Amino acid sequence: MRDYIIRRLLGLIPILIGISLAIFIIMQLIPGDVVSGILGIEQTPELRAMWEKKLGLDKPLVEQYLSWIGKAVTGDFGESFRTGAPVFPEIMSRFKISAELAIMGCIFAWIIALPLGIISALKRNSVVDRIVRVVALMGVSIPNFASATLVILFLAKGFNYHTPVKYVGLFENIGTNMEIMVIPAFILGSVMAGSVMRMTRSSMLEVLRQDYIKAVRAKGAPERVTIFRHAFRNSSIPIITLIGMQIGSLMGGTVVIEQIFSIPGLGQYTLTGINQRDYPVVQGCVLFIAVLYVVVNLLVDILYTYIDPRITYN
Amino acid sequence: MKKKNAPVRNRALPGNESLLRQLWSDPMGRAGMIGVGMIILLAVFAPWIARFDVGKMNSKARFAAPNATYWFGTDNFGRDIFSRIVYGARVSIVVGVVAVSIAAGFGYLFGLIAGFFEGKVESVIMMVMDIIFAFPHILLALFIVAVLGKSIVNTMIAIGIVNIPVFTRTVRASVKTVKSTDYIANARSIGLNRMNILFKHVTPNILAPFTVQATLALSGAILTEASMSFLGLGIQPPDPSWGSMLSDARKFMEQAPWMAIFPAVFIIITILSFNILGDALRDVLDPKLKL
Repeated sequence: MRDYIIRRLLGLIPILIGISLAIFIIMQLIPGDVVSGILGIEQTPELRAMWEKKLGLDKPLVEQYLSWIGKAVTGDFGESFRTGAPVFPEIMSRFKISAELAIMGCIFAWIIALPLGIISALKRNSVVDRIVRVVALMGVSIPNFASATLVILFLAKGFNYHTPVKYVGLFENIGTNMEIMVIPAFILGSVMAGSVMRMTRSSMLEVLRQDYIKAVRAKGAPERVTIFRHAFRNSSIPIITLIGMQIGSLMGGTVVIEQIFSIPGLGQYTLTGINQRDYPVVQGCVLFIAVLYVVVNLLVDILYTYIDPRITYN
Repeated sequence: MKKKNAPVRNRALPGNESLLRQLWSDPMGRAGMIGVGMIILLAVFAPWIARFDVGKMNSKARFAAPNATYWFGTDNFGRDIFSRIVYGARVSIVVGVVAVSIAAGFGYLFGLIAGFFEGKVESVIMMVMDIIFAFPHILLALFIVAVLGKSIVNTMIAIGIVNIPVFTRTVRASVKTVKSTDYIANARSIGLNRMNILFKHVTPNILAPFTVQATLALSGAILTEASMSFLGLGIQPPDPSWGSMLSDARKFMEQAPWMAIFPAVFIIITILSFNILGDALRDVLDPKLKL
């Protein structure tokens, strides 16, 4: 097990190098160049040379990449072009907010999806099953920005309720924080809930028709034990795989949701960076999110061994 | 990185006529076909269906509620929302189809090469795919557009690139299975060259998973375009996009809720129809997976 984790961590290295290279190469595609973007019409040869030196753009590309990645590894993502503030501490403080949103979204998704998926499989082709399947399909198909807009409209028109605009941290005032976060987290979780529901249903159906389930039932095991200890546990691998993959779309989802609900998280920071052509911010945020996604996927893989002892990693 | 397995097993695509008939006989398949068909009709016949010029502003008719002249009402510039929805369907379909064609074309090529030749070529291709896959979809698409600049072409390129890995993986998995079958061994033993085997014998047998993937990717591409346009980084004015219409509507939501409701409803119907059709197609092409 320890060897496996070490091997997987080593396997991460080429992927991480690849991610950073991809980001670096894409950044080179910027039409014109970064300095023209910063200076605009105030461009003079002297100012230009000064900025090129400051940003290290006068050096060869390989050196630029190595210098960027060398600093990034130590947590130095450079400074924002707009504010001059270092990017990394800003990413970390905003990440906490996005993580809260994403974790709440996951919890909502699991609370809704797992029981409904199991019930749907157990009562296959019943009215309940059909309703759950339609709900799951709706969950997968309704984009979060569309549902968010409709929910805001419904609350404003129906109840004259407006979600708080100014963000308050979790540890400042938990009540207000929850008031701000509950609706966005629920909407963020709804897309994940739809796909998890579908996967739980099909995975449970696959397991429930296995012979060992019949054997467990024939031995007189209570239905609760049959379903949770034998069927659900064995059907959980594909569900966990899906959840691991969904973390990525959840991160993408926060970009949209945070924008709609004015939540100052990592997604909003990324988008502001993109809109203001603040490249160190964009570069830093994209690198941070991609690395996070890869690490979360690795953790999910490691989690398999605890759930299914049959899996060995030789 | 985990590998995303191909959603369907290998089966040749049945004849077009029988495929359509099978889809039509399934209630979900029928619903999907009707929904997708209607959106395509709107897109193709937009100039005949739209009642007004999409860009035509009318200061006297700003924020008009839905009525006999303006079926879906008007927006803050007095533009007819129905006409913009109709043209928005065209934008969605064109962006979706072009982006998926880019993804499917490159994905097919890379998947075929990786699956057939294996070895180092496969390792390199799959490594690149893993790297693209390591980025959340929308984030990578936004990043590419942020760098290349906002335009309809760059939106299509960005959405195309982020979808390449899923096609590569689907095709590669299918090619590997097909490659081990007897008829490919026979084709080799009678001395057919590689190109001949790849395009004449392997390709027809991987079309089923490929088709299902393309349908599902189309709904994903339309969704990504709408999300990007909603964030102001997709389709740019004056071209109508459902995503940007919905985004514009947020400022006037209480005053003119129809500005938000109609684009939202059309986005939902479109994505839902493609997903239903994709599910039904998978059931028809691979009944073993129908649970």
